[in-house]
Amino acid sequence: MLTAKNKTGLVFFPAFDWAISPTHPEREERLLYTRDQVFEEGLFDIEGITELKADFARAQDVERVHFCIPDVWEVTTESHFISAGGAKTVGMAVLDKQVEKGFALVRPPGHHAMRMVHGARGFCNINIEAVMIEFLRAAYGVDRVAIVDTDCHHGDGTQDIYWHDPDTLFISIHQDGRTLYPGSGFINELGGPNAAGTTINIPLPPSTSEEGFLYTIRNMVLPILDDFKPDLIINSAGQDNHYSDPITNMNFSAQGYAELTSLLKADIAVLEGGYSIEGALPYVNVGIILAMAGIDYSNVKEPDYDPDRIRQSSEVSSYIEDVGEDVMEVWQQREEIKAERQGKKKFDERPRRIYYDTDGITERQNETIRICSDCGGALRIDSSSDRRGRVLAIHIPIKACKACREVGHEWYDSANTENFETVLLQDRPEDVLRVKELRS
Amino acid sequence: MIIGLDVGGTHTDVVLLGNNGLMREIKVTTDSSDLFQTVLGGLEKITEGIEPAEISRVVLSTTLTTNAIVQEKNPQVGMIVSGGPGIDPELFRTNEHYFTVSGCMDHRGRETEPVNESDIRKIADTLKKEKIRNVGIVGKFSARNPAHELRIYEIIKDSFGKVFFGHQVSGHLNFPRRIATTYLNATVRPIHKEFFEAVRKSLEEKGLTVPIHILKADGGTMSLESSIDFPGQSILSGPAASVMGAIGFATDKDDALVLDIGGTTTDIALLVKGVPVLEPLGIRLGNYKTLIRSLKTRSIGLGGDSVVRVKDGKLEVGPDRVGPAMAYGGTFPTPTDALFVLRMVEDGDREKSVKGIETIAKALDMSSETVASHIFDHVCGKILTEARDMTDRINSKPVYTVHELQEGYQVKPKEILVLGGPAPYFAERFEALSDFSVSVVPRWKVANAIGAALARTTCEVTLFADTQQGIAASPEENFSETVDKNFSKEKAIRKADELLKQKALQSGAASIDDLETEVIEDLEFNMVHGFYTAGKNIRVKVQVKPGLIFDAGCLLDA
Ligand SMILES: [Zn+2]
Ligand SMILES: [Zn+2]
Repeated sequence: MLTAKNKTGLVFFPAFDWAISPTHPEREERLLYTRDQVFEEGLFDIEGITELKADFARAQDVERVHFCIPDVWEVTTESHFISAGGAKTVGMAVLDKQVEKGFALVRPPGHHAMRMVHGARGFCNINIEAVMIEFLRAAYGVDRVAIVDTDCHHGDGTQDIYWHDPDTLFISIHQDGRTLYPGSGFINELGGPNAAGTTINIPLPPSTSEEGFLYTIRNMVLPILDDFKPDLIINSAGQDNHYSDPITNMNFSAQGYAELTSLLKADIAVLEGGYSIEGALPYVNVGIILAMAGIDYSNVKEPDYDPDRIRQSSEVSSYIEDVGEDVMEVWQQREEIKAERQGKKKFDERPRRIYYDTDGITERQNETIRICSDCGGALRIDSSSDRRGRVLAIHIPIKACKACREVGHEWYDSANTENFETVLLQDRPEDVLRVKELRS
Repeated sequence: MIIGLDVGGTHTDVVLLGNNGLMREIKVTTDSSDLFQTVLGGLEKITEGIEPAEISRVVLSTTLTTNAIVQEKNPQVGMIVSGGPGIDPELFRTNEHYFTVSGCMDHRGRETEPVNESDIRKIADTLKKEKIRNVGIVGKFSARNPAHELRIYEIIKDSFGKVFFGHQVSGHLNFPRRIATTYLNATVRPIHKEFFEAVRKSLEEKGLTVPIHILKADGGTMSLESSIDFPGQSILSGPAASVMGAIGFATDKDDALVLDIGGTTTDIALLVKGVPVLEPLGIRLGNYKTLIRSLKTRSIGLGGDSVVRVKDGKLEVGPDRVGPAMAYGGTFPTPTDALFVLRMVEDGDREKSVKGIETIAKALDMSSETVASHIFDHVCGKILTEARDMTDRINSKPVYTVHELQEGYQVKPKEILVLGGPAPYFAERFEALSDFSVSVVPRWKVANAIGAALARTTCEVTLFADTQQGIAASPEENFSETVDKNFSKEKAIRKADELLKQKALQSGAASIDDLETEVIEDLEFNMVHGFYTAGKNIRVKVQVKPGLIFDAGCLLDA
């Protein structure tokens, strides 16, 4: 009988009754053929592979990560709660040691959702990995986490949430931002002054194939993970690098994804994008599941798979080698970079404009971080959008030092509701969200 | 009059039902080395002095095919399996003459690799040389498109006896189970065919030319004729017989548990508003996970004859049975002996029970009465725990839509129905130990045979449509037709319902009036290519619910 080497838990939630709009890539049909393939292969019958039922995430789980404007209910649907809840279910199963590995095959995705949420960006409303990770930190005391985002698009939402967190290593491998949405994710985006170096961007050129992705994993991702020594590795397992994906330009394959999965050895994978719903997803997902479970995947191939047709050029290969040198240089110099960025400053500021493409909302932010060598630093976001008034959002990190806690509380207490429609405080050491409103 | 016969491990129960209820009930000893004599003997005894013309129906639930599979007494068959990309189909090997071949269909039933005909011919030659008679042909996604299985059949058909197709066993997508199920059908066919044809012949010689039905694991029946092509459906019908014997006495307002207390095992089943819960895909027998429709039952190694012993200072019951209770001449103390000590049962040698229970009492430094009571509580408590566990597991079954997750029905049994030999004693204790309202199924000793006698014909039909490819098909039913863009889910359900009724009649249903049908899956998706809708993908599943041909209550209340 077929037995999994690694006990693996799967949440499969295809949300067959939910779509952004009827012909949107994020629609009911997206995981239909994946379900067919997973069922036909009999994966849930394999000894050691368990199908878990998704729980609903709670509003509190979302508010631990996001500032939702005007509130959680306004920017989400039930499907988001199940998608994030599915990731949470898998995370709990792994932390409870019920399984060794877990894969949340859920939709809708989340890696473009940032800390502030005024609406949907890049098909994402809430960041399902972050909701899971922060729950696991609160409930199980998980400390150091690495997220490896292998979606074709830059995981700008996850990057934003962990920009100032030195205990979360975020590595995004994606198609170069000059050629694809969201247009960010360059090597010099390496984290805020208190966490410089723990954000790593690896932009790859269009037409990167198996060779390039696996080179990146072996020569960049694995050595960095070795240095960082995370307690938990999360894979944001987007599948839109596939050669048949309709909205990207890469040349990755089911075999490649499976091999990437077995090299990376993530504890938990969470589905992100991937819109070649007939030609790629059924095979890629079977490959990922088998690789996680430690079962031979060498025969999992797309019917039209031809490695020669998708092989990358030597220019692409040498370009990726150069990217690798730059990435590793930044990683090796991260302490120096951090010292330089912190300088003698007390606070650092970052003004930004964020566009919510799915909902057509423009937000202006001014972010202030307290420079701190003892923790991630108290964070203050002054935000307003073209839909609503000004909001002040304050975040005190879960491992905040005493000084940062005091600064965070001082910001909250002194905030004037005449200037802000709402004042929010994410007090992570206390695990509560506090809210002050003008008209109440 | 109707005859119901249920072969069990130790006893075979036979009942005769007439217009005024249960007319006769008998128990004969099961001779597993000669089941034919057991079945025939039971039938002869129950019909003694009855005019053959008065009997209108016979339903048989036997352990014939189950035993053949478990004891691996199966004749050799050939298996031809085409997998395509995915898990290596070699890993699903069922038997010696198992060949994997090229040829592949994708998830929408489109050919992605053709069948290699010369390979098939070579395999056919090999199988012929090995004197193989029956062959199974299984392809991945053949439940979507059986063309490859049919093509292979065309190539080999003249050289073999009966050929079994993967696409005919079920509409469910599960390639490894399709292989196992096809294999089981092919391998038990000769035994099943020979046995039941002999039964029929013997009955005919006695002037009994009535329809003979075979009980299936899903609590429904199929005619003897249709069982010959799907003999695998007859495996593990025993637990289903008991459940069907109980459902006539369950309410249709609440959920209930059915507990069948046997000598070696206790079988647990769940009823949702009077209807038994089915396995999502099919039954498991030993290492074979199948697509054979089945009631969800859980068998635990605890029964009236389980061995009681003390291990590391702790009381242990089961899971083994060595023989009958000491009161009936056995050598090890059992829960039944505990009942003797407690003076709940009297029809045996109490002295022997006392002796057995005393050894346990000594080891635990308690009085015999206290230990007997402990043993009984231990068994009842464990059964209740397992029953609750089974309920939890059914409630944690994953769902795939937001709606189902929000509205998800949670099974909450309020009532327990108990049957099997010691049912009344257990019922009393279950009630004392739990919040359930507990009742004993009337005629609890033969309720299983009554359940078999009254079970209706059941079946299931899967239909899918792909309006981009312009087809609606149910390969399992050999049905396929072209459809236009306007084909809808509603039309698909109507078509499936039509096929279902046809299938039920072919499988032995007397009329379509007493068939309770229901839609168990109805999904419709827009297939979008680029930003345009290219067609609809529709999946529909309908079934005849397991149930009784008429109300058992009015038959047995009298
Ligand atoms: Zn993407
Ligand atoms: Zn600090």
